[in-house]
Amino acid sequence: MTAPLRHTVLRSATKEVVIGADKPFCVIGERINPTGRPVLQAALREGDLSIVAKDVAAQVAGGADVLDINMGVPLTDEAELLVKAIRMVQELTDLPICIDSSVVEALEAGLAAYQGRALVNSITAEDDRMAAILPLVKKYDAAVVALPNDEDEIPMEAEKRIALTEKIVRVATEEYGIAVEDIVIDPLAMPIGADSTVGGVTLDVIRQIRERWGLNTTCGASNVSFGMPGRHAINAAWLPLAMSAGMTSAIMDARTPQIVDAVRAADLLLGNDEWGMSWIGTHRARQAAEAAAAGTA
Amino acid sequence: MTPDEILKGLYDETLVGNGPAVLDLTHQALGQDMQPGTLLFDALIPALEEVGARFERGDFFVPEMLIAGRAMAGSMEVLRPLLAETGVETIGKFLMGTVKGDVHDIGKNLVNIMLEGAGFEVIDLGVQVAPEKFVAAIEQHQPDIVGFSAFLTTTMPMFKANINALEKAGLRGEVIVMVGGAPVTQEYADAVGADGYAADASATVKRAKALLEARRTKVLA
Repeated sequence: MTAPLRHTVLRSATKEVVIGADKPFCVIGERINPTGRPVLQAALREGDLSIVAKDVAAQVAGGADVLDINMGVPLTDEAELLVKAIRMVQELTDLPICIDSSVVEALEAGLAAYQGRALVNSITAEDDRMAAILPLVKKYDAAVVALPNDEDEIPMEAEKRIALTEKIVRVATEEYGIAVEDIVIDPLAMPIGADSTVGGVTLDVIRQIRERWGLNTTCGASNVSFGMPGRHAINAAWLPLAMSAGMTSAIMDARTPQIVDAVRAADLLLGNDEWGMSWIGTHRARQAAEAAAAGTA
Repeated sequence: MTPDEILKGLYDETLVGNGPAVLDLTHQALGQDMQPGTLLFDALIPALEEVGARFERGDFFVPEMLIAGRAMAGSMEVLRPLLAETGVETIGKFLMGTVKGDVHDIGKNLVNIMLEGAGFEVIDLGVQVAPEKFVAAIEQHQPDIVGFSAFLTTTMPMFKANINALEKAGLRGEVIVMVGGAPVTQEYADAVGADGYAADASATVKRAKALLEARRTKVLA
């Protein structure tokens, strides 16, 4: 018995994006994040958001459907920074936002400032994380990304991840009144360079989640290629494999055409781009852009 | 095979992560009464140092570092008891763990491999290590250095929490504190009051050796 497929609805003030297995894959642009970017960190400490504005423009141009915003700058007031960034991003674009923080106060401030229906990134199966964050998800009518790991480990066996998913679904729906379609599971795509079996395990988890609950899934796409050469090619192979197993969104860098093209081609091949209109439209837009560039050169 | 051929073979096979060949050569060497310390210092450690150097230059990738480390670990299981018998001392004891709230361990594991390769005794507490667990392990093992690893900006504040716990337990003066992980910077390490920071696995080894040297000189002076 296969569960019905769920739709996760995200909104900005003016635009709605639906994540679902019968919809085009949801590209969540990941670049608006200061982790490992000392120049951006320094600018944000000074309250300078100009790099963020450029990152937003690049993700939008690359074809992102949703923007992940993380303002985790060490030794700063993350809540204040996140609110400022969300307000600015909502002025720059009508794409819905995925609010990314593990600081509860920052999540709450971000949710309060956000106009629309956000995706919250993220909770785990840990009781204290769920107790702190799920009431906010409910209060602000958001959706939430959930990772099936707990305080002990990231389980390497598919069965344990499924058991933790079951716990998350039960607690979120029964104890906190979250609608099941508003839970988006991150099945934990681990680096293939550290263990050659992790890809297969994650694909198995995605399949089982889709069959048992029909839930939407997401992952940090670039994590799979960590520590390997040719990362774009690995990511571009990984996402269509994951989509074929049932993955419906990913937190990924929309600036890399190789990866975005792989996702859109997979949409077409999986029957989620009727008559290839989106694929053909992208092709025409690129042709036009090339012609315009040649004309001005 | 001559001893020189065996050492060269051990070096080459460790470099490419050929575990069975490294183990076989280890047994051959011991069968010829070669000294375990010679195998360690003239083949295994130089090989791991070369692995680290190549990784640092971007010529080697994560899987290559992991299989080289595993090949060396296989040989070390045979050599460790013999080294203890022959009185070859480790250069220092390093207690390692990923902080509470954080489950990332690839970087930490690479650092462990490099530290072992450099002659440290490494005690790994794993991931999600709470401050009180670090305190208990320091009391039990009395390491020279304790390393805190964090991969997330949101778990980095645990460095400070850990250091506070050490202070409260009266252990801060007993142990060198090193911190590291992808989002960590020298500036952040200074801000939380750590003794040392390094950006990658081989830099960690260099920094650990330097800090240990400085501490021992200070104690002797």
